[in-house]
Amino acid sequence: MKKFEKFKGLAAPLDKNNVDTDQIIPKQFLKAIVRSGLGQGLFHDWRSKPDNADFVLNQPRFEGASILVARSNFGCGSSREHAVWALDDFGFKAVIAQSFADIFHNNSYKNGFLPIVLKADEVDHIFKSIASKDGYSLQVDLANQTVSDDAGWKAHFEIEPFNKKRLLEGLDEIALTLVHDKEIAAYEAKHPAPYPRV
Amino acid sequence: MAAQSLFEKIWNNHVVHQEADQPALLYIDLHLIHEVTSPQAFEGLRNAGRKVRSIGRTFGTLDHNIPTIDQHLPIKDPESSKQVEAMRENCREFGVPLFDLGARELGIVHIIGPQLALTQPGMTIVCGDSHTSTHGAFGALAFGIGTSEVEHVLATQCLWQARPQTLEIRVDGKLGAGVTAKDLVLAIIGKIGTGGATGCAIEYRGPAIEAFSMEERMTVCNMSIEAGGRAGMISPDRTTIEYLRGRKFAPKGAEFERMAQQWLSLATDKGAHFDRTVAIDAASVAPQVTWGTNPGMVAEVTSRVPNPQSFSDPAQQRAVEQALDYMGLQPNTPITEIKVDRVFIGSCTNGRLSDLKAAAAMINGRKVASSVHAMVVPGSQQVKLDAEAAGLDKIFKAAGFEWRESGCSMCLGMNPDILQPGERCASTSNRNFEGRQGKGGRTHLVSPAMAAAAAIEGHFVDVRNWR
Repeated sequence: MKKFEKFKGLAAPLDKNNVDTDQIIPKQFLKAIVRSGLGQGLFHDWRSKPDNADFVLNQPRFEGASILVARSNFGCGSSREHAVWALDDFGFKAVIAQSFADIFHNNSYKNGFLPIVLKADEVDHIFKSIASKDGYSLQVDLANQTVSDDAGWKAHFEIEPFNKKRLLEGLDEIALTLVHDKEIAAYEAKHPAPYPRV
Repeated sequence: MAAQSLFEKIWNNHVVHQEADQPALLYIDLHLIHEVTSPQAFEGLRNAGRKVRSIGRTFGTLDHNIPTIDQHLPIKDPESSKQVEAMRENCREFGVPLFDLGARELGIVHIIGPQLALTQPGMTIVCGDSHTSTHGAFGALAFGIGTSEVEHVLATQCLWQARPQTLEIRVDGKLGAGVTAKDLVLAIIGKIGTGGATGCAIEYRGPAIEAFSMEERMTVCNMSIEAGGRAGMISPDRTTIEYLRGRKFAPKGAEFERMAQQWLSLATDKGAHFDRTVAIDAASVAPQVTWGTNPGMVAEVTSRVPNPQSFSDPAQQRAVEQALDYMGLQPNTPITEIKVDRVFIGSCTNGRLSDLKAAAAMINGRKVASSVHAMVVPGSQQVKLDAEAAGLDKIFKAAGFEWRESGCSMCLGMNPDILQPGERCASTSNRNFEGRQGKGGRTHLVSPAMAAAAAIEGHFVDVRNWR
């Protein structure tokens, strides 16, 4: 997995609660058998709706954005990891929201993608700043767990130490687990598979 | 020893490695896979030169994108066909048993696990599908995972998991006649919201839950994820044991009796601690119909489509306005005046035999309204065979319903079973997200009885006083 580096990027506003993974990547893109190239499907049905030039990803001023900002319960619904692959392939590196659904949250870390939980007033501040300033960008510093802007505003976010380390070092989680191979084998010796051989 | 909950017992039984303030390395007893969320996981194994660690703990089926007619013929959609072919090759190469098209065991992953007794109490069960919470009905810790985690389980038979909080949802009293497990779980989601159980393992408890059959319990646990729950579970009891007895992968003879005692001992102890409790009175629950674009946007059949102005929070007002706009509904419309074009009976939520029986019982010699296209998709080939043995297919067909073969079908519309833009569907599935059943399609989630009655009348009715 790639290492997660400190970066500065344009912030794109998606001012909604409960953005579900069916919207992030609609079903017609789930027939892929590889992880790459899903950016074209990102928010496809919202982007392609007639008269939807207003949709955030259709606005030229947000072209090249690498941070998506939403409200609460982002990534709810289907477990499809394609949602993270699509965001990543489109060019996003992080999503900022008040809260995330569990499976999306887990899937993000597996792909070197950062889900950042900020408080409601901090998320509000970002939405207002984007509305008032063209090209509003944020700096994301995972090592110090901060999000900051050029005007000196700064917010701190929490992250489980385990996930932080994995992202910063770009660790292969399976290799990490196989360090415990003997413990797994010992567990298996005590708990054989419960089914007859098929 | 201190009183423990079902969740605590299962969790503690499966920790392989744990360090302070770190996630636990949890052993996974059963891993179910399907064609849509597994190809990239196998690709990952192949690229790293890894194998499936524990043959005999992973089982595959085909459900998400397969057609529900002519399953014996080659799949016409080239992309679906390619994905199904990839599944076959992956299972062959890595030694994973696959319930392929034509097999009697074929069906939706969350229907066949329990039906074959692959699902057993006390297990940890995962699948690359959010509705894996279904299996929690058996007193298992079951949850949905992403494809990277599918790969991780294939390679290590373990997962790193942060310990969730526990949420007790206590359902006292008794459901009224015509009110079902589906109505109860929709009412719960309406009450606690689509993020109400995020980070939590839910245990459903109380007299109403104890009175449920296993199939009703599965419907409730299935939709735990729609409230954001990491898992939904129910303590094993005699109902659980009797359901499992004699099924294909269940232990046999004396071993079954020994395991049954062990399973019963997993039930939550009296006085066990839960981080949170929510209480619901079953008698207060009416048949439910969703009116919006997430499962928490739900109302009693006797009520009206809400007015956005009636919500105090501006964000909620906007969300309701957008939902009504998408759904093509006017505020204050009585729910029973909403006309439907399509009816879908099936899915891992409501595609079991008792669901089809409940739907068929509403028909009583009547016909599907001429303006409605209705279909029944059994959750598995076994459900289909059992339903046909009970004569349900004849009842449905005589009424004008289409009778299909098993699959996820119109629940997520990855196969040809989709809504056209603007079409309105009464659906027994689990999600009413925008475009879920087809781009521009409008989904109302209901129970099987409510769906069947809507098919006949052409609009929603209160099944409690409809005859």
